[in-house]
Amino acid sequence: MKALTRSTSFWIGAGLVIFFLLAASIGPLLYSADPLTPDSDALLLEPGGAAPLGTDALGRDLLARVLVGARVSLSVGVLSRFIALILGGLAGLASGYFGGKTDSIIMRAADLTLAFPALLLLIAVVAAFGPSLFTLFLALGVLGWAPVARVIRSRVLVLRRMEYVEAAHATGAGTLRILFLHVLPGCTGTFLVLFSMGLATAIIAEGSLSFLGLGAQPPTASWGTLIRDGFGYLRTAPWLTLVPGIVMALAVLGFNLLGDALRDLADPRGLPGRIR
Amino acid sequence: MPILIARRLLGALPVLLGVTFLSFLLLYVVPGDPVQAVAGERYDEAVLAEMRAELHLDDPLLLRYGHFLAGLIRGDLGNSYVTREPVSERIAETFPKTLALAAAAMILAIVIGLSLGIVAAARPGSWIDRSAMALASLGISVPVFWMGMLLIYFFSLQLRLLPPSGYGGWSPRYLVLPALTLAGASAAMIARMTRASLLEVLGEDYIRTARAKGLPGWKVLFVHALRNALLPVVTVIGNDFGSYLGGAVLTEKIFAWPGLGRYTLDAVASRDLPAIQGAVLVMALAFVLVNLLVDLSYAWIDPRVRRGRA
Repeated sequence: MKALTRSTSFWIGAGLVIFFLLAASIGPLLYSADPLTPDSDALLLEPGGAAPLGTDALGRDLLARVLVGARVSLSVGVLSRFIALILGGLAGLASGYFGGKTDSIIMRAADLTLAFPALLLLIAVVAAFGPSLFTLFLALGVLGWAPVARVIRSRVLVLRRMEYVEAAHATGAGTLRILFLHVLPGCTGTFLVLFSMGLATAIIAEGSLSFLGLGAQPPTASWGTLIRDGFGYLRTAPWLTLVPGIVMALAVLGFNLLGDALRDLADPRGLPGRIR
Repeated sequence: MPILIARRLLGALPVLLGVTFLSFLLLYVVPGDPVQAVAGERYDEAVLAEMRAELHLDDPLLLRYGHFLAGLIRGDLGNSYVTREPVSERIAETFPKTLALAAAAMILAIVIGLSLGIVAAARPGSWIDRSAMALASLGISVPVFWMGMLLIYFFSLQLRLLPPSGYGGWSPRYLVLPALTLAGASAAMIARMTRASLLEVLGEDYIRTARAKGLPGWKVLFVHALRNALLPVVTVIGNDFGSYLGGAVLTEKIFAWPGLGRYTLDAVASRDLPAIQGAVLVMALAFVLVNLLVDLSYAWIDPRVRRGRA
């Protein structure tokens, strides 16, 4: 714990994460400008004045849109991460604990998933099933299982040999009891790291697909769609792309730094990196 | 070494087959009747039946996969739903442009990443190290597409040094910005990995020996340490090839680069499934092959791998 509180990346990361979680949850309540209704009297206003971050081509307040966009981007990230952790966690537990045939089948399936460039596979799947925010977070979650399974498996391989697990086995505890009561809690730290780092990747992936028009559909705002909308005005109203981009990069940085700090704590040798 | 190559190639076969099967499945599982989607509102039942037969749509799954594989071996990826042209022709036209972009990006990423990692590891804990690593953290966190826009904004719109988009073959004027965009995150990853790996190697006994012999610091770093620190770095470079291909989709869109990524996006926009399938398949095959090469290069770089596995 001491190592954690001494690490600068932990403090910066945790600070950014808390800031963004607060901004997404209570931000839209505190800042009451309307993010959706066009206002023809306030087109493309520069930052400052009535609209602190300016307005877009339809006269909508950018700060309000970034705040509701935070809700969309973060919740897609969090929900998809839960799916990935549950699927990948179960697969990794089974793979590491049972070994043998189960292990090799699950690991070959992981190899196969990772044989595709991640973003490309995501684009293809979302395109095939019809672009929407729902398809996106589902695909993001399901396709994210493989790296999780690999990391959890290697953790389980270590835990399985621990004395307390063998003791539980010797006292006659059933397989499920051992897995969920004794092995799973030992993976908590690993799950936290995977959650934080994966969330950073998921936010970028959501942004990328929304930017391509394959995620949030108008009038829903996410950070990706905001950047996409702003791109056309790069020359005349650069704040429309710069602001949501900086916001998104800071959020990703926060989750990455937090993940780094947690990882250094859990395993100084490092985990396999991001899944882009 | 030849035996090793043969064994790795054989080992990659199941993955290659799996990749073709999953790509095939993509078209199979899609909801809705593809033929009707192509034919649109006005269609003739007889024509539809003919098209179905031509695409083997009424055959069982495995038989269709057989047709798909047979076509693939002949270099036939089917015809586009939209233009009716062979998908393989368009891929042959666009893929080299994406590869050129990816290659340029990879070179940039290696040069930038290695230099940052080396200067950081040479003086761990110094302000140089800390700013290099802060830069790397930032590089990993900046989304590819936004990075592209930033570069356009500064270099094209503000400084007016480079064209904001377009294609000019290998002309660096058009290549620099998209390649830099694509290289950013990867350079950051390489820098981190180089630093971590170098620091680990610098703690080894033979480095102490080299220093004790009185060798100058740069010689110890570049000759003795770097070579042994490269192995994990090569892994990162190989893994990132996949992100170049994925990132190429975004980069090509922003910079209007006529590569496979943009072809994929056009296909996505018109729901041209054979084209999406073909593009995904080709990029995945390229990715698998690059990872195979990376795997083989371990044995080439590190003799211990060669003997350990044989």
